[in-house]
Amino acid sequence: MKQYIIIGATSSIAEHCMRLWQTNEAIAFTLVGRNQEKLNRIAQDLQVRQPKTCIQIHIVDFKDPQAIESLVETIYLNTTPDLVFIAQGWLGEQRQCQESLTYCKEMLEINAISPLLFAEAFAKNMSKANKGHLVLIGSVGGERGRKSTYIYGAAKSCMAHYAQGLQHRFAHSAVHVTLVKPGPTQTPMIANLQLSTNPASVQTVAKQIMEGVRKNKRVIYTPGRWRWIMWIIRHIPAVIFERLEL
Amino acid sequence: MKKISSWGRLNAAMHEAIYLSDTSSLAAILSRNKPALPHGMGRSYGDVCLNPDGKLLLTQGLDKFIAFNHETGRLTCEAGVLLRDIQQLMIPRGWSLAVTPGTLWVTVGGAIANDIHGKNHHHFGTFGEHIVGLRLRRMDGEVIDCGPQKHMDWFAATVGGVGLTGLIESAEIQLRPLPGPWLETEMIAFSNLDEFFSLSQAQDVAWEHNVSWFDCMRFGRGLFMQAKIGEQLPIQSKRSHSFTFPKDLPVSLVNSYTLKYINNLYYHLKKSHQGQRNMHHMDFLYPLDGILMWNRLYGPKGMYQYQVVLDKPEALHEMLIEIKKSGQGSCMAVLKTFTHRTPIGMMSFVKKGVTMALDFVNLGVKTRSLLARLDKITLAAQGRVYLAKDACMSRELFEQSYPNLETFLKYRDPGISSGLSRRLMD
Repeated sequence: MKQYIIIGATSSIAEHCMRLWQTNEAIAFTLVGRNQEKLNRIAQDLQVRQPKTCIQIHIVDFKDPQAIESLVETIYLNTTPDLVFIAQGWLGEQRQCQESLTYCKEMLEINAISPLLFAEAFAKNMSKANKGHLVLIGSVGGERGRKSTYIYGAAKSCMAHYAQGLQHRFAHSAVHVTLVKPGPTQTPMIANLQLSTNPASVQTVAKQIMEGVRKNKRVIYTPGRWRWIMWIIRHIPAVIFERLEL
Repeated sequence: MKKISSWGRLNAAMHEAIYLSDTSSLAAILSRNKPALPHGMGRSYGDVCLNPDGKLLLTQGLDKFIAFNHETGRLTCEAGVLLRDIQQLMIPRGWSLAVTPGTLWVTVGGAIANDIHGKNHHHFGTFGEHIVGLRLRRMDGEVIDCGPQKHMDWFAATVGGVGLTGLIESAEIQLRPLPGPWLETEMIAFSNLDEFFSLSQAQDVAWEHNVSWFDCMRFGRGLFMQAKIGEQLPIQSKRSHSFTFPKDLPVSLVNSYTLKYINNLYYHLKKSHQGQRNMHHMDFLYPLDGILMWNRLYGPKGMYQYQVVLDKPEALHEMLIEIKKSGQGSCMAVLKTFTHRTPIGMMSFVKKGVTMALDFVNLGVKTRSLLARLDKITLAAQGRVYLAKDACMSRELFEQSYPNLETFLKYRDPGISSGLSRRLMD
């Protein structure tokens, strides 16, 4: 049975990916999160959807490097994961980041530092085992800084930079690293935002992640059109860009 | 604040949308004093699922299965689970929902709150009959577990209670055994309403499903379609790809110029398939689910849907004359007979008689005055209009046609309000 580790397993995108992964085969999932009750609820759901699936739950402090390290060591004592999906994220509010450095720090910790520490701990073990597929979540928002979300964007571009480095490190090994860059997705994070574009459904995003991971893609833009939209946005000259309300 | 409209797309009102991913965060949301309304997929047509300028509790994130017993077919799940997900998961395991409406894109909570019915009403009644229990959360935080055996009064108020008694959090549903998704179907053309009535009366009880499409511009010629469990083919799922109706159109594709041709085309195309054949249940029961966002067909002003139940055939004739006179018509015109089987909900729509559902492009005053004339016929014939479809029924008709209204009002949650409740009850 394949061993999948899901960090931030209460994330809506991660949950829908798990549903898809276990559709045709039973998988041994290890769900890592902060809230036992929420994780139990997801485990129950996955179990009804696929009775043969095996699920373990771990609660961990996402900001404690030692706790992260010992959790990853424990996981590797028992098994060698096939896939590790690091999915935690929090959109937060840009304006509050500008008002409060504590809020700003929280934003950077949840979206960049914590996932990076998890990834680094897994990378060390994957390197030893020469096996594993690490999937990280970036964002199209991390491609060009803009006034409405630049702290979130900075954290996500940190993930992109990090993923690039890891891909370089594992270029000649059996370890794969994938960075997912979702566009606006219908998740609780954006429920009350009036967006200019229609957000993609979380089911579509999960399906495209599953496909991309299966093909060992380095970067998955989901939906795919965001690759071209972001290409254009990256190339708009600053004098024009700074006049836009983005 | 966010613009949200119902399936009829008559107007898009501003709402404070609150996405519920679990109910632990509810207390904080509910302490704020603006009235709220639970909202599933928004597939009802009028204002029953809207709360303009108020809060909407979006339940799509309450989409977890809780338990399933393979032996008994009892399924417990949260209220935001889609009927489509239940069917996709359970039919390969030999179980199915007993009652489904014409689309699977609705939530369990929405199906209970509107006490929906399906093409097999004469066999299985309404959705509420198959609910063994449900958990209701009032806006003051109180939790009421109710069902046919427990707090029956709360249960009867909530089934068909259009979301006004509280938030349905989860439900336990009795599924029915089903060997597979394939149906043996039969189609018979009829040339007027009298023929439809005699076909309906003569229907063999062995046929589990039946429904009729009719041409409301040609005095009721139509197609009577029936189905029962058929020989099972090895293919389980069908139609993995569906077509999404692209952008909003500047005008409605259904209008007085095109309607005659659309109805003619549909009638003759379908008529050529008369007789018996094996069909996948998705094609027979949910033909419109193959086109996502088909409501865009009706243009930017949206549409009214009128669904009524009448037990006097002459009232139906009268309505068709009125519709023909108005020059407004419908291409999705559906007839079905309901047998005598009292639903569990105080405010359930279904009662003995024949139900007719029609779509009308929104032409403003012209359409509303036609609907007012239809309401008058309904009132005189002691019929009833379906709340899930209604956008403009009069208070008089509502009060006369829902005799349990007074009892129901005692169970209303003061923290909940909807466009419909303000229009008809407050």
